[in-house]
Amino acid sequence: MAKQNEIKFLTAQRVEKRQKKYCRFKKMGIRYVDYKDGEFLKKFLNEQGKMLPRRISGNSLKFQRKVSQAIKKARQMAILPYVTDLLK
Amino acid sequence: MATDKKVQNYELMVIFTPVLAEDDFKTAQKKYTDFIKTNGGEIVHEDAWGLRSLAYPIAKKTTGLYLVVEYSAPTDVNAKLEVQMNRDENIMRHMVTSLDKFAVAYNNRKRSKNLTAENA
Repeated sequence: MAKQNEIKFLTAQRVEKRQKKYCRFKKMGIRYVDYKDGEFLKKFLNEQGKMLPRRISGNSLKFQRKVSQAIKKARQMAILPYVTDLLK
Repeated sequence: MATDKKVQNYELMVIFTPVLAEDDFKTAQKKYTDFIKTNGGEIVHEDAWGLRSLAYPIAKKTTGLYLVVEYSAPTDVNAKLEVQMNRDENIMRHMVTSLDKFAVAYNNRKRSKNLTAENA
């Protein structure tokens, strides 16, 4: 009989290790977030055109701030919508 | 020196009404670039995007004529420029952004990339 406190499984248990999130600006060495590039900024929006939180986008605080400023500028100049459905 | 005016880099983005004829659009571009020049500014780059669809209607119009001008100017120019733009009925939206050194480098790189793409 197997030792106690030792639990054995018939099939190996899969433990998924999620890849750690990273700030893409820091990784790619981007220093400036351009408000004119709507397609790029869409990566940080959900389908309703709302901004994604850092928890999901993985941005560092510094660049999340810059992204949010850029998105707000783009919205003012009608490059990005304020509200929509099915943005992507 | 204290008398010297501080010069900064700016970027102007204007949306004109789409009803403007092509010549009118060109004269309007010239008007604002000349205005910056006469007030001691210097045009770094001028980029007319032309007609583009808006993400949402402005003044019941779904398209607009975009103009992007990058310039360096003394800090007091923008207030004067804004007055001019507010008076202009052909302008639907305008925005002046101050550029930091990373932004200037980014714009330069983007421009040179576009140039090589056109030549190739």
